[in-house]
Amino acid sequence: MGITVSNISKSYKGVKALQDISFEVKPNELFGLIGPDGAGKTTLFRILTTLLIADKGQASVAGFDVLKDFKDIRKHVGYMPGRFSLYQDLTVEENLEFFATIFGTTIEENYDLIKDIYVQIEPFKDRRAGKLSGGMKQKLALSCALIHKPKVLFLDEPTTGVDPVSRKEFWDMLKRLQQKNITILVSTPYMDEAALCDRIALIQDGQILQIDTPEAIVKQYPKTIYNVSANNMYQLINSLKDYQYQHSVYPFGEFVHYTDVRNDFKINDLKMYLEAEKLLNIKIEKTQATIEDSFMELAKYPNRTCKLSKT
Amino acid sequence: MKKTNVIQVEDLTKMFGDFKAVNGITFEVKKGEIFGFLGANGAGKTTAMKMLIGISIPTSGKAHVAGFDVFTQAEDIKKNIGYMSQKFALYDDLTVKENISFFGGIYGLTKARIKEKTKELIEDLGLQEVSNQLVGSLPLGWKQKISFSVALLHEPKIVFLDEPTGGVDPITRRQFWEMIYKAAHDGTTIFVTTHYMDEAEYCDRVSIMVNGKIEALNTPKKLKEQFQVDNMNDVFLKLARG
Repeated sequence: MGITVSNISKSYKGVKALQDISFEVKPNELFGLIGPDGAGKTTLFRILTTLLIADKGQASVAGFDVLKDFKDIRKHVGYMPGRFSLYQDLTVEENLEFFATIFGTTIEENYDLIKDIYVQIEPFKDRRAGKLSGGMKQKLALSCALIHKPKVLFLDEPTTGVDPVSRKEFWDMLKRLQQKNITILVSTPYMDEAALCDRIALIQDGQILQIDTPEAIVKQYPKTIYNVSANNMYQLINSLKDYQYQHSVYPFGEFVHYTDVRNDFKINDLKMYLEAEKLLNIKIEKTQATIEDSFMELAKYPNRTCKLSKT
Repeated sequence: MKKTNVIQVEDLTKMFGDFKAVNGITFEVKKGEIFGFLGANGAGKTTAMKMLIGISIPTSGKAHVAGFDVFTQAEDIKKNIGYMSQKFALYDDLTVKENISFFGGIYGLTKARIKEKTKELIEDLGLQEVSNQLVGSLPLGWKQKISFSVALLHEPKIVFLDEPTGGVDPITRRQFWEMIYKAAHDGTTIFVTTHYMDEAEYCDRVSIMVNGKIEALNTPKKLKEQFQVDNMNDVFLKLARG
């Protein structure tokens, strides 16, 4: 029992938040929605958790229809919204007990499911939730979303603003939860987290750019990417952008990712051009595409994407 | 070619009661450098940055920012730096032009200078069509670019960027970094804190704070070599986990 989304659209006062979105999450899958702020991720979560009604389209969660069976969905899903929404003036333990009680269960009954996560914050169980650090709040919110043993777990940007150490721990926890027969839909603006999902949907401006496994998306990147570096980054970017054969020029840390429009591109041609531009220590070598490269290429040519994903 | 240091910090410490939030940090940042200031939540980054921008007095140590002493010349520091964060940015219910005039006024620019700068900024960012729209109605990526330009209005020696590009799409993020490269190229020093380790790779040099101390400071390339990993995220994980 996973999630099915068919042709969902939603507008707010003329702004199209979601446009004809369709995808499926298989039972027990860890599925990622990858996209920037304003892509429509939260709107989609709210529709799937029955907090918002779509203008058009159908969706079901764990076999229940989001309109007809909204009460059943609420019993069987866990939802961790993007903004911390636990009771700040209840303690850690009181929050957890509160959520267990409203779902008609007890902490003891499902302790097994949250144990891994909860033991890390248990030493602070008498502390008010509002006084916890970011990483601890996140663990408490996840514990509360899990306490009624949901079939499907919705996590809206759980790692935003969290440091890399806590992010790593959080993803390890998700992998363990997946093994306990929970379907997980997680959203993130961090492209590097895409690789940790079974499958992902890249989403921007209310439209899905592509759906596939992270490996397949990267593999389908249509061009050869070159890592270019030189003594002066600012001049390098400007020179590459002025080059008549450039297809794309994107800074990537200490390198620039460069693609060329020609099929018979030769590294030496570019090297000579950059030398003529008075750049020094020029290095050019092939590199692998990342999810970010794919995302940018797809965002640049959204129409070509649709054709690609149908084939 | 010897470049001048625009930030010079020596054994800087900040205590809250018995707790050493910042524990004797020492480093310097050169003119035109892009310096990444990283650390886990609670490592002491924000406390350190507050001392450098002149809004928190250190317990001990020495620090000069833009040539001024953080202990005795905090007001001069504030006039000579720019600051941008995701939390404190522009006024949503003022238009683009009004925001520019407002911040220009705060920084003490003359009316003529504000007019000139407004024109320049709107042209550079291609904002002609939206210059009379409320900032609140603009996409996040635009707000960030305007916000960065506003932080540069008074031509500060250093700009502090506190987690500047969270949440924007990858293309917009890169346009933002291109603006940073340009500012650095023009001689402005850039001091960035960020949680995005891939963003740390854009910096000339990076420092990583752990429990109030700077545990690593070098170019991203050398740090990756030193820790024998291929990205900054793994450098961070190795350091912060001990």
